[in-house]
Amino acid sequence: MLAAIVWQSFFFLLFALVACAFGVAVVISSNIVRMAFYLILSLGATAGLFFLAGADFVGSMQLMIYVGGTLVLLVFGVMLTAQSPFISMKTRGGEWILAAIVGGSLFAVLVNRIVTVADWYGPAVATAAATQTAARPAAMRRNNQEPAEASPVVLRDARTATRLGMALSGPRVDRLDQPNPILRRGMSSYLLPFEIVSVHLLVVLVGAAYLARTKKRARGTLGET
Amino acid sequence: MDLLSQPVGTMHFLLVGAVLFVCGAVCMATKRNALGVLMGIELVLNGANINFVAFANDTFRADTSFALGLDGHLIALFVIVLAAAEAAVALAITLNYYNNHATIDVDHAEELKG
Repeated sequence: MLAAIVWQSFFFLLFALVACAFGVAVVISSNIVRMAFYLILSLGATAGLFFLAGADFVGSMQLMIYVGGTLVLLVFGVMLTAQSPFISMKTRGGEWILAAIVGGSLFAVLVNRIVTVADWYGPAVATAAATQTAARPAAMRRNNQEPAEASPVVLRDARTATRLGMALSGPRVDRLDQPNPILRRGMSSYLLPFEIVSVHLLVVLVGAAYLARTKKRARGTLGET
Repeated sequence: MDLLSQPVGTMHFLLVGAVLFVCGAVCMATKRNALGVLMGIELVLNGANINFVAFANDTFRADTSFALGLDGHLIALFVIVLAAAEAAVALAITLNYYNNHATIDVDHAEELKG
């Protein structure tokens, strides 16, 4: 029984359930502090999903920037703005119904689109086709062989930090098999988007600091200024 | 379908991404707290990130003829950085709004109504 379990699928199921359950809990809860906590757990489980998908650098960045930075920012916002420690603003019932209808239909459309593409079912489809043609259980047991298991999924080398760094500065080592040299030149470097996003981050942080420290104005003079 | 004895594919990651996306959209629509709306935006961006990372991996597909490769990882990194920047600016705006109005109920922000 234990040998039949694909452990990648087991941990995927674990992280996916945690992420989805706490994502739903963020929606349902009306307590802003608990929402922040549920969001931390959901994003942490999402980082686990990134690790499982072979994107370990993105997963660690998710843990560092999102869980460690953005959510700390959000928690500070909660602490700086809440009048009482358990502030909660109730949503009216009609809004809940409308949002549930819209969200449910959106989810139905998304799931319908996701499930219809057979290529996204994963390597399991190819495995099932292979076992249907190749598996003859009686003959295999007579030959004293193991029954055909699900094929082992070999993730590519998961150390992506080096390849990401090289892709930022120039060569794309994961696309060296591209036969067309013109296309290979087009997918060369991420230096310009990286530069743009870093300057953007600097501008945004300066602007945020400026916005956050502007003086408190009286309520009546807002319209005139 | 017995998920535990089969390797996962792109579809499973996309389903998780869809759940997080819809949760974020509903959260943005229903929360009257400005910080709750921000958390909904974070959930939406994470759903998109899961999709990018899932499409980046070429072992998740039955036919591995095309995968995003490092493009997906880098787009996910850009999304994370932009989410951090957006959270900083939106938090500054929220703090300013709280200073002016002594509340963060988004229904009270009526000055920009035409």
